[in-house]
Amino acid sequence: MMKKPGNQNRSILPLTLQDVSYEKNHSLLLGKVNLILESGPRTIILGPNGAGKSLLMRICHGILEPTAGTVDWSIPNAIRYQSMVFQRPMLLQRNVAANIDYVLRLRSMQKKERRLRTIEAMEMTGITYLKNTQAYSLSAGEQQRLALARAWATKPEAMFLDEPTANLDPTATHEVENIILDIHKSGTKIIMSTHDMAQAQRIATEVIFLHKGNILERAPVKMFFQNPVSLEAKQFLQGKLLWG
Amino acid sequence: MNEFSTAFIEALELLLNLDSDLLEIVALSLRVSLSALAISIIVAFPLGGFLGVFRFPGRGIIIIIFNALLGLPPVVVGLSVYLILSRSGPLGPLDLLFTPTAMIIAQFILVTPIVTALAIQTIEDLWVEYAEQLKSLGATKVDAILTLLWEGRYTLLTAVLAGFGRAVAEVGAVMIVGGNINHVTRTMTTAITLETSKGELALALGLGFILLFLSLSITALIHFSRNIMKQRLI
Repeated sequence: MMKKPGNQNRSILPLTLQDVSYEKNHSLLLGKVNLILESGPRTIILGPNGAGKSLLMRICHGILEPTAGTVDWSIPNAIRYQSMVFQRPMLLQRNVAANIDYVLRLRSMQKKERRLRTIEAMEMTGITYLKNTQAYSLSAGEQQRLALARAWATKPEAMFLDEPTANLDPTATHEVENIILDIHKSGTKIIMSTHDMAQAQRIATEVIFLHKGNILERAPVKMFFQNPVSLEAKQFLQGKLLWG
Repeated sequence: MNEFSTAFIEALELLLNLDSDLLEIVALSLRVSLSALAISIIVAFPLGGFLGVFRFPGRGIIIIIFNALLGLPPVVVGLSVYLILSRSGPLGPLDLLFTPTAMIIAQFILVTPIVTALAIQTIEDLWVEYAEQLKSLGATKVDAILTLLWEGRYTLLTAVLAGFGRAVAEVGAVMIVGGNINHVTRTMTTAITLETSKGELALALGLGFILLFLSLSITALIHFSRNIMKQRLI
């Protein structure tokens, strides 16, 4: 049984998507998607560029309204108990600690609690030594680690990560991946998108394969990579399907 | 050329002697312009934040109006405030015409559109970048406005500078509502106008140099404090 963060008694998961679709300028970018996300496994949303991975995650997270269908978390106001890390971290023009403190203040936490949480989040992501450094003078890898610290500081029950290593070099990618695994160990559900097959294999316990806005497959990671069912997934794994 | 050198000497003499009339004029100019600027900031920043972040019908028109008001002619503002404050006007009983308060009101009307228009632009641009992230962090739109005003603080200082430049340099509005009364409503710009029309070109130019110097100093002060802020990263 997972620890429930904060003082909420019930879990926000499972998340249920029913007939969710997203349309823009009369073209269907997503859907219809039916999906249930449970707590536990590290879910990787895999697919070529333009498959709708970011769109699906934004809709799940609640920062984008689907044009049709319903997105239901198990409790209301669930966005408070989850977080999202974007491909390009949007940090505030203040130092590292203040960036983390900011999100805790939005949760109306007491100062003492905020201080402890900030220290904890910096330790978790290995940026304690950067505490007083201005966010904009950090390297890309350090910025993404700060984004992870900020996303984890609220002890979310679920964390969405939208291609968090797309702009990073291999070393920084490795560090970020380790932090993601640690965050999962702490009891946070991981839902991450990537188009990198090797990364999917390193992180995932289950894979959701998305193609042209539709979920074509959902399988445990080994099964997906050894025995993909759909033609598109086979092609993608052979490197033939690089664009949606 | 002779005029310029005489003017220099006149200006220097006035400054070195700490001429009390001159100091009074300078003090009044700064008091009026800085007060107008301060009040307009109190109005313009929240308004700019609101219009930059919230989307509602009619928003576009409001922004167009603010942008159009950037070119508001000072004399027209002066005349309008004059009519409102004059004895027979709606605010006549307040007896504000030909007082520094009337001048502050007129300059406030001139400066506010500038600071507001620039604030809207600043906050709107930041909102495009930060909207998703702030929503994700759990910020309400009011939280977002406060955050973005702080994020945009260096750019907003430029808006403040632009507003100050407008206020301290204009003559039309303060002339009409202030009346250029000696020891009461005489500012740098109205004094220059008066001296020029009297043919005291050297004195007018001297005052002009002082105005230029003051305006440059304050601009430089704001500029440097902005740089210091950036380095210390307040």
